[in-house]
Amino acid sequence: MDIHDFYDKMDRDNILLSFKGDITAELLTSILQIIESKMDNMQEEPKMKKKVYIVLVELLQNLYHHMDDPSLETGNTADASRTAIFMIGKEQNHYNVITGNYIKNDKVTGLKKKMDEINALPPEQLKEHYKKILNNGQMSDKGGGGLGMVDIARRTGKPLFYQFTPINDNFSFFTLNIVIEQ
Amino acid sequence: MEIIAIESTPKTPAIKFDAKKGRLEIKGRSIPENSVEFYKPLVESLEQYASSPNSPTQVDIQLEYFNTASSKCILDVLKRLESIHRQGNQVIINWYYEEDDEDMREAGEDYQAIVNLAFNMQQVEVE
Repeated sequence: MDIHDFYDKMDRDNILLSFKGDITAELLTSILQIIESKMDNMQEEPKMKKKVYIVLVELLQNLYHHMDDPSLETGNTADASRTAIFMIGKEQNHYNVITGNYIKNDKVTGLKKKMDEINALPPEQLKEHYKKILNNGQMSDKGGGGLGMVDIARRTGKPLFYQFTPINDNFSFFTLNIVIEQ
Repeated sequence: MEIIAIESTPKTPAIKFDAKKGRLEIKGRSIPENSVEFYKPLVESLEQYASSPNSPTQVDIQLEYFNTASSKCILDVLKRLESIHRQGNQVIINWYYEEDDEDMREAGEDYQAIVNLAFNMQQVEVE
């Protein structure tokens, strides 16, 4: 691997932090602390800071709770465990957050449908949708119930940009790109 | 009756519940991975408290951030308070939000629309 190439790419994309590996609760805490202090150092506006912070919380906790582990299927635990990729970059006036993780193929259609529904809703209806899920929705012990994605869309006012890359008969790779503007 | 006093952490708010005085305070950030577990002691105490509540019960909620996993737990807490109110007891909810934090103000309004309780919306200055 050419590290200088890698460096240049991260530099060009203004990556503040990039991580690939096991997603643990301790890691989430560290990532949030790092980003928070970086935003402090950049003297980011309090409003933007809050928005970025809470969107990161939702994205990272989605990874933590919902990612699937291909090594469980193959039995090859050395291969990959609860591994995902996370990246945050800052452009002139917006932040780009990208997450990538494995997902079982049988969950793809449901997740796609959920995100398409969210993307189709205008802001006012997104708010009603949020309240409806909050009040009636089935929430698992993990929380969520899809509320996280609705919350992200509601806070950013932007569509959820996603992509599913088929890997094999059992798994796909799910990429989510969130843009956070002032 | 017991008093709950939980210190705040970077991921969880401070919770003070004094059943004798009928005072509940939730303050800070609420972004734990496992919110159900975190709020369980409070929800259970409120359930007990509902059998002989104070009137009024005063609740102060001042959250900086909360994740969606916590939002359901906060609703659970509010629903227990709503049922105390429905039994004919006075319940005062003060919902604090930092000036300019429209999201937090809106979150309070959302809750108010779901539970049948009047919220006092209190704007506080940014520290």
